[in-house]
Amino acid sequence: MKKIIVVGNGMVGYKFCEKFVAQENAENFKIIIFGEEPRPAYDRVHLSEFFENQNAKALEMAPATWYADNGIELITGERVADINRTEKTITTAKDREFAYDYLVMATGSSPFVPPIKGVEKEGVFVYRTIEDLEGMLAYAAKLKAEKPNAKAAVLGGGLLGLEAGKAVLDMGLEPHIVEFAPKLMPRQLDTRSSQVLKLKLESIGLNIHLSKATNQILGDKFITGMEFGEDDILNVDMLIISAGIRPRDELAKACGLDVGVRGGIVVDDTMKTSDDNIYAIGEIALYNQMIYGLVAPGYDMAEVAVQQVLGNSEVKMAEEIDMSTKLKLIGVDVASFGEPFMPASKGHSIIFENKTEYLYKRINVSLDGKSLLGGILVGDASDYNMLHQMYLNDMKIPENAAQLILPASDGASAFGDVTDLPDEAQVCSCESVTKGQICAAIENGEATDVAGVVSCTKAGTGCGGCKPMVTDLTNATLKSLGITVKEGVCEHFDLSRQDLYQIIKVKGYTTFNEVLDNHGNGGHGCELCKPLVASLMATINADTANKEYAIQDSNDRFLANIQRNGTYSVVPRVPGGEITPDKLIALGEIAKKYDLYTKITGGVRIDLFGATLNQLPLIWKELISHGFESGHAYGKSLRTVKTCVGSTWCRYGMDESVSFGIELENRYRGIRAPHKIKGGVSGCIRECAEARGKDFGLIAVEGGWNLYVGGNGGATPRHAELLAEQIDNETVIKYLDRYLMFYMRTAKPLQRTAAWQERLEGGLNYVKEVVIEDKLGIAEDLEKEMQTLVNKFECEWTQAVNNPEMMKRFNHFVNSKDDDDNLVFVPMREQKMPEPWK
Amino acid sequence: METILDTYKATKIEAVNVWFKAASVNDFPADGGACVKYKNKQIAVFNFTRLGKWYACQNVCPHKMEMVLSRGMIGDDKGIPKVACPLHKKTFSLESGENLNGDLGAIATYPVKVEGNDVYIGFSE
Ligand code: SRM
Ligand SMILES: Cc1cc2nc3c(=O)[nH]c(=O)nc-3n(C[C@H](O)[C@H](O)[C@H](O)COP(=O)(O)OP(=O)(O)OC[C@H]3O[C@@H](n4cnc5c(N)ncnc54)[C@H](O)[C@@H]3O)c2cc1C
Ligand code: SF4
Ligand code: FES
Repeated sequence: MKKIIVVGNGMVGYKFCEKFVAQENAENFKIIIFGEEPRPAYDRVHLSEFFENQNAKALEMAPATWYADNGIELITGERVADINRTEKTITTAKDREFAYDYLVMATGSSPFVPPIKGVEKEGVFVYRTIEDLEGMLAYAAKLKAEKPNAKAAVLGGGLLGLEAGKAVLDMGLEPHIVEFAPKLMPRQLDTRSSQVLKLKLESIGLNIHLSKATNQILGDKFITGMEFGEDDILNVDMLIISAGIRPRDELAKACGLDVGVRGGIVVDDTMKTSDDNIYAIGEIALYNQMIYGLVAPGYDMAEVAVQQVLGNSEVKMAEEIDMSTKLKLIGVDVASFGEPFMPASKGHSIIFENKTEYLYKRINVSLDGKSLLGGILVGDASDYNMLHQMYLNDMKIPENAAQLILPASDGASAFGDVTDLPDEAQVCSCESVTKGQICAAIENGEATDVAGVVSCTKAGTGCGGCKPMVTDLTNATLKSLGITVKEGVCEHFDLSRQDLYQIIKVKGYTTFNEVLDNHGNGGHGCELCKPLVASLMATINADTANKEYAIQDSNDRFLANIQRNGTYSVVPRVPGGEITPDKLIALGEIAKKYDLYTKITGGVRIDLFGATLNQLPLIWKELISHGFESGHAYGKSLRTVKTCVGSTWCRYGMDESVSFGIELENRYRGIRAPHKIKGGVSGCIRECAEARGKDFGLIAVEGGWNLYVGGNGGATPRHAELLAEQIDNETVIKYLDRYLMFYMRTAKPLQRTAAWQERLEGGLNYVKEVVIEDKLGIAEDLEKEMQTLVNKFECEWTQAVNNPEMMKRFNHFVNSKDDDDNLVFVPMREQKMPEPWK
Repeated sequence: METILDTYKATKIEAVNVWFKAASVNDFPADGGACVKYKNKQIAVFNFTRLGKWYACQNVCPHKMEMVLSRGMIGDDKGIPKVACPLHKKTFSLESGENLNGDLGAIATYPVKVEGNDVYIGFSE
């Protein structure tokens, strides 16, 4: 039996093992893999996720047991210290000796730390391993406890530096990016796109410093600042260095293998080094005089090395290596593919730039106009996968290539369909999975959904960038086989929300059990389908959440938002944000009486936190006696209609935004929808109410209101789009009734208007056809249904406190009047908060 | 924090020494739950009407140690009766106590019996 020793248990070393044991004659070999880090190989590409959950296990490429199960000896926490090429042995730092027939060097890289005076100070970090991140988290926590507005800088504005910038932002420190070059992401972006990116990053709170050479790091024991030149100082409390990588070739150098001038073990296209028995793969390998700092080429190298060791000498590394990349995490789309910077002699560039929306798109087209050579996308990279495929497969491009990047005027795509891709198209470059393999997995019955395709082809398990395309391909293939893509809401129903809506309406069901028994799969329901059916029955039958409370979602069940310690918040409605001094006083007095934490919300009203279940009805009784009613902050229903002061007071106001906002809030209060709905009304185009960030927004203009729909803040912000211009109050209400009701009838569960509108076939134009032109002939029905809901409105808190039977549920114990004895509050800025989770 | 969890030990019907009369049947919603106080314990009790069964478990969710499970929604996961915590929707088998959608430790479950209109929970002490 031959022995293979792998030095380095990183992503590529692991991949070598995985690929090796999948081969037929693998059992004739014994693999020992050494890793210097304390744990088995993990997914460095997704390292930043560690900030979110601190779950190192979730990042593991495979658990330690996997190696044992596959006959591989895994030795972690032990560095290989020496190689004796004549004896074909290695010695570890613990002075143990092992013999090999083949040696695979997969030692990767370490972060390059520039020789700046003071880099050794406390508070200076690199960004490569889980231990690095743990160090940063601990340091940041300490900083924040001492200094509320601590600052942290990242040295390096490349792909990784920006990812680190996001981490700084998430750790709650003021983020600064310091870059030596005059532009960001110098390897991927041209000057103009880099400027657009800079503006965008600044808009989300990153401070960018370009053309800065750091002379020294200031501070005694720990870092207090960075000095660029005389009088040019940036005060920071922490620094993350992300200035490039250096291959870890110290071992190779010591044993006399050929290495490059700037580091890296020289390999040929068989991954062989200058020693016939030694291979090098991943970020240590110098191939074509390049170190490829990406996983995909590393995985290809692993494949080549596996085949070479097994004697399949025809398998070689491709000559050209695709370096297309997409920036992840930071929440700004940036991608570059092929040749992003192309000399004019090779082709023409088409550039689209819109700085107001932080958009930049460039494609490079061959001189004959037939093929795509590369490009850059900033601000919107949603077409990256398709463009990247066109480039990789040298697909024909439209005669007017500009269509590929210009905003489509008719919503039609210039790309055609994913199914047009050739079978050889490599969809997942990390795992080298082609379109043909994905489709085959479904056609031969191996997989029946996206999860299945992912698990049997491994597509999408690397950087994950191809996931949307894998999903589209899966769905298209299923469709072509005549299989309807399941839209069932959960294991209990094969039906979609839209189907359930129709069924409940037509059959007139009024309880969950009727729906489940007649249309379910035989189970007993769950936390997905119960709240959904509750919401549908509320929309259709104008029920409040007091009806069948055991099927209501956590918050609806107790008509209040549950907080982290199991207490609740109380948010009375303050329509349009207008409130009298007397009502303000009442809120203050009630908050004081029940010792509630008080805060103004982002939705122009007041939130009282920390009420126990037992206290809720007592508080609400008092609020109701002062004329308040439920604010439905807990429901998937109308939240607030935010208003600006408008023409009653404001010197620029064109119309009474407050009056109209109150009218709209009162009109739509209480109705249950697929997700929450928010509105805004501004008195003029200065837009102080941020109406275009809401599900519906109105802006007063000369001659009426402009009505916008489908805006969203939250996780995926989107500006609302103009539905109608210069319309009067009555028309606004008519269109809004129709729009909202159409949304409530057809959206998916928990889909906000923005996502719904975007995915409607035909987009905004279709919405206009239905809502304004009444193409479907349902406008009158929609208005009637909405009017019924408006007429039947009842404040559910008033309903609850007046009904002893309903009140029973607001007791912490059924057999005692006591409160939860597990609650602990701690003081905070003259108020209180729950004791933090351990 | 471990001390809260130590208060709750899964109890099999054979080990029951005390049948505690908790409340009456109509104190509990159909297919829903409520919380019962027994000495220093908080016990979530569920009336699984669709199955015609009753279940009891610790009220404290092992995820963040909050007393909330009785306010969770019940249902089934491929036939296993379960409760979903109202805070982050971790789900637990009402029969074995096992965490069905994660790797939290199992919650303690207790036997329940109904006699006439009264609901009893079984404890070993
Ligand atoms: C209290 C408040 C924060 C504050 O202190 O200001 C708040 C608090 C919560 N928000 Fe919010 N949001 C609050 C304004 C907002 C805003 C600002 C606004 O309305 O103008 C937004 C962005 C605008 C938007 O929605 O488009 C906002 C976007 C979200 C989202 C993301 C929604 C999305 O489409 O991505 C969630 C999560 C969700 O709903 O799934 C959320 C969810 C939540 C929940 C309900 C999370 C939860 O389930 O516990 C928080 C508990 C509320 C409570 O009372 O306990 N909250 N939340 C604000 C209450 C406003 C109100 O008076 O009702
Ligand atoms: C935060 C971050 C984000 C990234 N994002 C992306 C991305 O989006 N896309 C992308 O393609 N790439 C990305 N990368 C790069 C990618 O992680 C690397 O290309 C990949 O990890 C290289 O794999 P490797 O096995 O060659 O090296 P490594 O993963 O570094 O593994 C080498 C291992 O060998 C060990 N070792 C070294 N010397 C010895 C020795 N003498 N004895 C024993 N063990 C030794 C090291 O400790 C290390 O564990 C990212 C990297 C980081 C840090
Ligand atoms: S939006 Fe116009 S009317 Fe309203 S406050 Fe601003 S400037 Fe005044
Ligand atoms: S506290 Fe129960 S799931 Fe988080």
